Amino acid sequence: MRSRAPASSPDDTPPPPSSELRLVAPEPSGVRFLGAQAIALFQGGRDLYSVFVRTLYYCAKGRREPGAIVLQMYEIGNRSVFFLTVVMGFIGMIMVFQAGLQTKRVVPDLTMLGANFLELLVRDLAATIGALMLATRVGAGIAAEIGSMVVTEQVDALRMSAADPIDYLIKPRFIASILMTVCLVIWSAAVAFSAGLLTGYAMFDIQPRTFLNVILVDAGDLTVGLSKCVAYGAAIPIVSGHSGLSTYGGSEGVGWATTRAVVNSSLAVIILDMLLSAAGFLIFR
Amino acid sequence: MTISAAGTRPAPPEPSFFHQLGDSFLEIASTVGGMALLAGRIAVRVGTLRLDGAELMRNMYKMGVKSTPIVIVTALFTGAIMVIQAAPLVERFGAHGLLGWGAGFGTLREIAPLLTALMINGRVGANNTAELGTMVVTEQIDALRVLAIDPVSFLIAPRFLAMVATLFLATIFADALALLGAAYAGLGLLGVDPVVFFNGLTSGLLGIGDVMSGLVKSVVFGVVMALASCQYGLGVKGGAPGVGRAVNATVVASAAGIFILDYVVSFTLD
Repeated sequence: MRSRAPASSPDDTPPPPSSELRLVAPEPSGVRFLGAQAIALFQGGRDLYSVFVRTLYYCAKGRREPGAIVLQMYEIGNRSVFFLTVVMGFIGMIMVFQAGLQTKRVVPDLTMLGANFLELLVRDLAATIGALMLATRVGAGIAAEIGSMVVTEQVDALRMSAADPIDYLIKPRFIASILMTVCLVIWSAAVAFSAGLLTGYAMFDIQPRTFLNVILVDAGDLTVGLSKCVAYGAAIPIVSGHSGLSTYGGSEGVGWATTRAVVNSSLAVIILDMLLSAAGFLIFR
Repeated sequence: MTISAAGTRPAPPEPSFFHQLGDSFLEIASTVGGMALLAGRIAVRVGTLRLDGAELMRNMYKMGVKSTPIVIVTALFTGAIMVIQAAPLVERFGAHGLLGWGAGFGTLREIAPLLTALMINGRVGANNTAELGTMVVTEQIDALRVLAIDPVSFLIAPRFLAMVATLFLATIFADALALLGAAYAGLGLLGVDPVVFFNGLTSGLLGIGDVMSGLVKSVVFGVVMALASCQYGLGVKGGAPGVGRAVNATVVASAAGIFILDYVVSFTLD
């Protein structure tokens, strides 16, 4: 830790004191590092699996509390509508603009642009971009809330009262998230398509009647799109609830948990997207 | 404002819809204004080279090197997803030679910069807000001021530069890896040889302009992300829950900013 050179600031102010905000332990190197990473990954996966299974168990056998679920549905769903509308509107405009520009380079015929855009939206884009945004907003919110509860020992109090925090905290969010993700994705597909339709009319003179073409959307696309909604809606609260429950160490810990929740749930969305898209392509081609 | 003579005041009425609308508009305006002022102060420090070199290096390591695994995983999967989405079109037209063009175009111009920015936003932006927020809550920033150390040149400017550099370099890295992932997904799913894929990529339909467009976007995203996370981090109020709220607000604001600027940049560049 002494290797740091004295700060070479060019001006005459004295150099700032060396703030030793180092990581606690020196990092292991080589094979040891890889092994530690692999073990951590394995343990993380096992914990996540255990949270998932317990959530499913409590969904079937736990307490019935419709009030908590409705509250979470409001938190997760209604409060994300504005954010999702803004983002998906811009996505629709960008996609149609870029796709139109590129198609013009190859074929000067834009009549199928709307149909292709709608197919892509139904099959992948609405669910995945919407879920990435929800992973950011909802995931961070869940982890920050549960993390604060862990830090202030409210979760320990729950455990002491013989109540499983997964039943009280994660299960309502899980059910609410699955229901609201489906609704929000359908809404965001509508917003993105309308924005694309307006862009196509304004930039490329595509008539709305030509653009609104559902000929390419088939049952396979709908199945893949809806199963993606359900999978993302289930994955986001599980992953971020898990990182919220494993918080430790004060307000900095809450920040770390929130970061981990956003990153891990976004990664979960991307990985699930890849798996479900490949499965859908192989099944419905 | 008068305090009513009676001991108990009635609860304030629920603000009306327009009141709330105006409130949130004013809030957004003050955040954007604060970001602009912060940008000006950072620009002065960077222009006169008054920033802490060691802090810059430390942040480059913490933000850049430590994010590499996420960038690798995201990029490889993203490339594969692009090919899967382009696959039905390619099969419909039998245009296997165009797969490289289709996937490469979307990846280089839009998806790789966008998804890399979203992932780095989740990891680096949120983390930076949490760190600065903790410093504010524990009054470390005030301590710096008392010691006559300029917090902007010591803390903020190095973080800003490190974040912009991280996102720019990560996007270059992600471009390359996403194309690799796309090539091998094409081989696995469609039986398109990687050589055919790379030929489609370099046959003239794509130019350096497409790559540059993505890289310009990455710099813009980096600037907005860094400004938002520093601004929200410095504005934290109220202990550990305040830090959590600030982190949440940062990731949401940066994500919305990234998409809006993506649109603006796409339109101005073409």
